[in-house]
Amino acid sequence: MKITELTVHELASKLKAKEITREEIVKAYIDRIEEKEKDVQAFITITDKEKLIEQARKIEEEVKKGNITNELAGIPIGIKDNICTKGVKTTCASKMLENFVAPYDATVAEKLNNENLISLGKLNMDEFAMGSSTEYSYFKKTRNPWNLNKVPGGSSGGSAAAVAANMVPWALGSDTGGSIREPAAFCGIVGLKPTYGLVSRFGLVAFASSLDQIGTLTKDVTDSAMLLNLIAGHDPKDTTSADVEKKDYTKCLKNDVKGLKIGVPKECFGDGINEEVKKSIEKVIEEYKKLGAIVEECSLDVADYALATYYIIACAEASSNLGRFDGIRYGYRTKNYSNLKELFKNSRSEGFGDEVKRRIILGTYVLSSGYYDAYYKKAQQVRTLVKNEFAKNFEKYDLLLTPPVPNVAFDIGSKVDNPLEMYLADLYTVSVNIAGLPGISVPCGVNQEGMPIGFQLIGKAFAEETILNAAYTYEQATKFREHYNPQFKK
Amino acid sequence: MSREDYEVIIGLEVHAELSTKTKIFCSCKTEFGGAPNTQCCPICMAMPGTLPVLNEKVVEYAVRAGLATNCSIERNSKNDRKNYFYPDLPKSYQISQFDKPLCKTGYIEIENENGEKKNIGITRIHIEEDAGKLNHDDFGGGCLVDLNRAGVPLIEIVSEPDMRSSEEADKYLKKLKSILEYIEVSDCKMQEGSFRADVNVSVRKKGETKLGTRTEMKNMNSFRSIIRGIEYEIDRQIEVIEAGGKVEQETLRWDDVSGKTFSMRDKEDAQDYRYFPDPDLGLIRLSEEYIEGIKKSLPELPESRKRRYLEEYNLTERDAKLITVSKYLSNLFEETVSKTKNAKASCNWILGDISRILNEKEMEPNQIPFTSDNLAELIILIEKGTISSAIAKKVLEEMFENGEEPSKIIEEKGWVQISDEGAIKEVVLKILADNPQSVQDYKGGKDRAIGFLVGQAMKQTKGKANPQMLNTMFIEEINKM
Repeated sequence: MKITELTVHELASKLKAKEITREEIVKAYIDRIEEKEKDVQAFITITDKEKLIEQARKIEEEVKKGNITNELAGIPIGIKDNICTKGVKTTCASKMLENFVAPYDATVAEKLNNENLISLGKLNMDEFAMGSSTEYSYFKKTRNPWNLNKVPGGSSGGSAAAVAANMVPWALGSDTGGSIREPAAFCGIVGLKPTYGLVSRFGLVAFASSLDQIGTLTKDVTDSAMLLNLIAGHDPKDTTSADVEKKDYTKCLKNDVKGLKIGVPKECFGDGINEEVKKSIEKVIEEYKKLGAIVEECSLDVADYALATYYIIACAEASSNLGRFDGIRYGYRTKNYSNLKELFKNSRSEGFGDEVKRRIILGTYVLSSGYYDAYYKKAQQVRTLVKNEFAKNFEKYDLLLTPPVPNVAFDIGSKVDNPLEMYLADLYTVSVNIAGLPGISVPCGVNQEGMPIGFQLIGKAFAEETILNAAYTYEQATKFREHYNPQFKK
Repeated sequence: MSREDYEVIIGLEVHAELSTKTKIFCSCKTEFGGAPNTQCCPICMAMPGTLPVLNEKVVEYAVRAGLATNCSIERNSKNDRKNYFYPDLPKSYQISQFDKPLCKTGYIEIENENGEKKNIGITRIHIEEDAGKLNHDDFGGGCLVDLNRAGVPLIEIVSEPDMRSSEEADKYLKKLKSILEYIEVSDCKMQEGSFRADVNVSVRKKGETKLGTRTEMKNMNSFRSIIRGIEYEIDRQIEVIEAGGKVEQETLRWDDVSGKTFSMRDKEDAQDYRYFPDPDLGLIRLSEEYIEGIKKSLPELPESRKRRYLEEYNLTERDAKLITVSKYLSNLFEETVSKTKNAKASCNWILGDISRILNEKEMEPNQIPFTSDNLAELIILIEKGTISSAIAKKVLEEMFENGEEPSKIIEEKGWVQISDEGAIKEVVLKILADNPQSVQDYKGGKDRAIGFLVGQAMKQTKGKANPQMLNTMFIEEINKM
């Protein structure tokens, strides 16, 4: 097997057995990126080749000397371009931040550095993480490695495509309403959005502060658990980060779901769901039953309101969060201004793309005096209802199982002019963010066209172990990766 | 109709910078006067991805202010975002408190013009962050942004519209300033803008119950301009009404030079701040024990200190009140008395020459460069007769210049009082010889002549002769003649 086809845990054991070197790993990825980037277009910034090799050699030496002992030292990674990296551009795929270099690391980036992981570069996304197809990037459209005419999903589309195309062994993404789970499903990989507060948001460029969460995109569940180990934990720099006990998430992968209670909300199989997706999910349910889990139909009826609630809250917060991009201190500044108002107006008009503007306008509207009660306040009330509804289900079930998306990856350009239809892609994922719960998307098959299909597991807050074990048990039983691989269809 | 026919309604919103060591949401220093943009970090510059973390000291200070002004302290409160664009506001929103302030419904007691006690209500006190500063660019002709002040913690103290004259407003502000200084939550330096007020003024015909339309003067930072501004607004509004017009609700800028107010913006372009709870910060929950703990740690406030001075030091009501206005001066007084055992002299020096010099130099009491040891030494030197009061005044001026010890100043300047009998006699005899007319006057029953002679002798000795000795010796010598 080629180095780039290996999972991270496989790479780690080969390193441990001294079957390969860190330099070989890095070189394999450099070659793979060179080979595939022109087709996939996953990266915004690629780390300099010489620098990567030098870094790998240095770490190798330190490991030999015994100065570095952790098993993941020297493993490469890709980082979504809304996570700040000291000295390397963080663009959020926006003209606004085209040349922005943060003088600090995001807490997650700092954690990766401390463990001596090697960043292969910064990955493409929808501008400011607003979108479900990565078509709203200012720089490029990333392609789905299974079919280059299809979108990879979004907003972490660069991260998902790069992992699926073996251009990075794993990647960090962010998920505000499905931005990890949807592209993971579209690209046939595993995407984990942890519980709100489990991973520090410090250094993640804010889209919607009460919903944003950094998470993992990996080839398999074991890698998800390993990467979560690296990034989870309380951070005094983020007031919303939870002070929970540090865990080793690989320990929970028991390959056993006997007696596990899984609820399947019937609302997720109504109109609008693709037949093939539905059939795939039904097969997953059968598989879980076979493995000894108790699977029952349940109800999550406020889910109907979740999408509207999500778009109100997310846009309201975004309209405020993105105010700082005003052309004064950093980022894009217009050349066309003769007074302050024009400086603000033109910098923002020229620096932001259409989708970002759409959401800023929507968010500004719902917070305006006279509309606040009807929209924002009402949305916060519905948010409480959604939380309660989940809580009620979790009195009975350990997990909920849903499709992550109603359909498979769509053609590039097919929805870009119909924002409402694009928003519908988030239907099954947003309620998880609204309730602050953990969710994982796991591949479970392909449709007739050969496009991957995934399923989603949702757990109680901070029950990442339950989700990961259930996902792992399914993965071990079905071995998706042994049967299906991206074909780079043109 | 005249001014007497109108009732004046004044409400004040005071912004006081808290004297915490670090800013409200990051660990940058809050010191005033640093070179531009040397006291800011990615957080107070609002770089993407950065997050605020609330400084607990800010909550503590605000609770102290609330307790000292008889407010009820809210057990549950939160931070909200106030959204607007301005170059001095890096996040494009100010983190403030909207519908759940930390402190509510308090009051401050003042004495009005007639000497009657009156309570001025406090609607609320909330915490928020200050914005940066815009400086004129001397080179490029535009504006330069200095973010040192961005994120400095503030409390906003909103009063009820309970004041009925500029004098009451002045008294309220002075009392509030004094309280904040006493509880050490703000240094209230008006020149540095760490204590500033938005002044709301309206008038109505006496007997009317409906409030008149108010105008608001923003960011006033001296007592003198506040009084002048209020007086100007009262006259202007009455004039408008008398002329049959209507007062417009608007925000005004007070111009100290012309002594007039100018319109900044009217209600038409009132901003919609789109307040909403800041999702980056959690709820502020305060326990009973926490609030009790702060209550216990509150220092003695001016009112009770004043009462103590009446008993302990036998000060007059007026002196006790004046000296307790400033905590710094009051502390200086107590420390000086403990060393001199002379309350009267200590009080007189502080309320007299020291206060005069502070006024002249436009200094705050805490900028006094000498210590209570120095002042005590000065008083003891007078008592011992080492220097005269006249010299002491000159010594005090010197102490203000360089903060040196009085004994050192006296020695350097050669100001030691002449108390040597022989030397004094020599001067007395010379002055008597030069002023035969005064001798005649005294003998003729004009006692004042002695004063003139002592004055001449002081002049001759450049103020160094012991005045008591001169006095006695002049009488003795004239009687001998």
